[in-house]
Amino acid sequence: MHRLFVLPTILINAVIIVIPALFTVALAFFRWDGISAPVFVGMANFHALWGDRVFWTALGNNIIWTALFLTVPIGIGLVVATMLLVARRGAMFFQVIYFLPMVIATVVLARVWQGMIYSPISGVNGMLQRMGFPTLDPLTQPSTALYGIATVDLWHWWGFLCVIFFAALRQVPQEQIESARIEGASFWQMMRYVLLPGIRPTITLMMIMTVIWSFLVFDFVYILTQGGPAFSSEVLSTLAYRSAFYDLAVGKAAAVAVVISVFGLAATAFYIRVQGREFEQ
Amino acid sequence: MKLIESRATLVLTYAALVFLLLVTLFPLALLLLNALKPSAQIVANPLAWPEAFRWDNFTRAWSDARFGRTMLNSATLAGLTIVLVCATSSLTAYVLARRKIRSWKILTFYLLGTTTAPIQLFLFPLYFGFARLGLVNSVVAVSFVYTALWSPFAVMLLRTYFLAVPKELEEAALIDGATPWQVFTRVMLPIVSPGILTVALIIGLYSWNEFLIALTFLQRADSNTAVVSFLLLSGQYSSDWGEIMAAALLLTLPVIVLFILLQRRFIEGMAGGSVKG
Repeated sequence: MHRLFVLPTILINAVIIVIPALFTVALAFFRWDGISAPVFVGMANFHALWGDRVFWTALGNNIIWTALFLTVPIGIGLVVATMLLVARRGAMFFQVIYFLPMVIATVVLARVWQGMIYSPISGVNGMLQRMGFPTLDPLTQPSTALYGIATVDLWHWWGFLCVIFFAALRQVPQEQIESARIEGASFWQMMRYVLLPGIRPTITLMMIMTVIWSFLVFDFVYILTQGGPAFSSEVLSTLAYRSAFYDLAVGKAAAVAVVISVFGLAATAFYIRVQGREFEQ
Repeated sequence: MKLIESRATLVLTYAALVFLLLVTLFPLALLLLNALKPSAQIVANPLAWPEAFRWDNFTRAWSDARFGRTMLNSATLAGLTIVLVCATSSLTAYVLARRKIRSWKILTFYLLGTTTAPIQLFLFPLYFGFARLGLVNSVVAVSFVYTALWSPFAVMLLRTYFLAVPKELEEAALIDGATPWQVFTRVMLPIVSPGILTVALIIGLYSWNEFLIALTFLQRADSNTAVVSFLLLSGQYSSDWGEIMAAALLLTLPVIVLFILLQRRFIEGMAGGSVKG
């Protein structure tokens, strides 16, 4: 009887995710335009990727992205969460505002940044230029496009981490904090020896999720630059998308998807181990 | 808890917090401000107060982005997805929380695993499969895709609500001769309804804002969601930023109002779902 209860979830999940995912893995070894019959080509798609400069740029960008998001937003989130703990009064109000960008559609946020801030015509950037500052639109420069996108993502993202860390910090046992205070711990010692170790599981989990999400990043890149200029801000997910739907090279797209998954796999294993432990209780 | 007494530290802390508040709100303030301005005034100075309020930005945005049609599509899609996710996930969450089946552990790991799968890993065969079956441009088909994507999240969140229900309630009902189905619908569901409401809110929000799947599967003009028609508008008329910001505001306002009214639920649902597991 209870087996029937879980059937709808499993069925939908299998039909939409698992079966097509298996097809993708198989397609990575075929040449296919999405219409005619697929042709088996062995490792040719992967060989082609190996020699493709755009692929390496995209992979590099995903790694930069991961490094950036493992440090900056987690750092800001932790510091601000502690500041909320110190401030106490108004903490709830601050955290609601910090969280606000998370509920707004990425398309909207991307267009606001693009048109109102970065744009040399309609944005704050253009105003600065007219006032004589030598600012550039970061999205149009190959060397800065990725960071221009990352700034937008980071701006909308850190508040989420801050809220999570703040919630975790409030769970740190009161006695530990009291006894540290009685022994005369300074604020930084408190951070280092009581608060941070107290929320270590949460930090670990967020770092694992960051690695996974960093290899999935798509929306902001696709909307802001489409991977340009000259593929300088291409990431693996936009490369796969473009290959499949613009170039109709579904086999190549599948190969890229497999690469993304391989990178996420180690992190996923950690994630399941960490989360699974909680289920045992 | 009191961490520091020093007044200077407290002042500095508040200064930093307010600074970040302004950083967070600045782009959103620009959105609000420029939605009311004529394009020429935005180009002159995006920071200036509107000289004359241009309410027609909104009417033009509404018709150019075809929001009458596309917002209806978005709402239908969100509604269908909410019903599907809540119905299927509450069943699964109950079974997993109470370990009703022997394979509960494998199923849990399986669901956790699929949450981390990149969309691109299943998108391409799914798209070409849907195309062959004539399911592209079908809002119903997309609601099933969303259900598959987000039900693991919903299951994990609802599971914690089911865990909080005392076992005795269930046992008492069983002794009185209730079937498993009756136990679930009559005893469990009413108690976890706050959890289901939270899930419904979050799923509705995700569905309203979702970009990649909607862009790929709902291409025909009359099946676009509001997010996609906004993207098309901002690409086409890219010079009229007043109109684009007005459209952005129309798209965002319902979400912000809901968020402000029900902030606790949103934050607990979105942050809790990924923390507690």
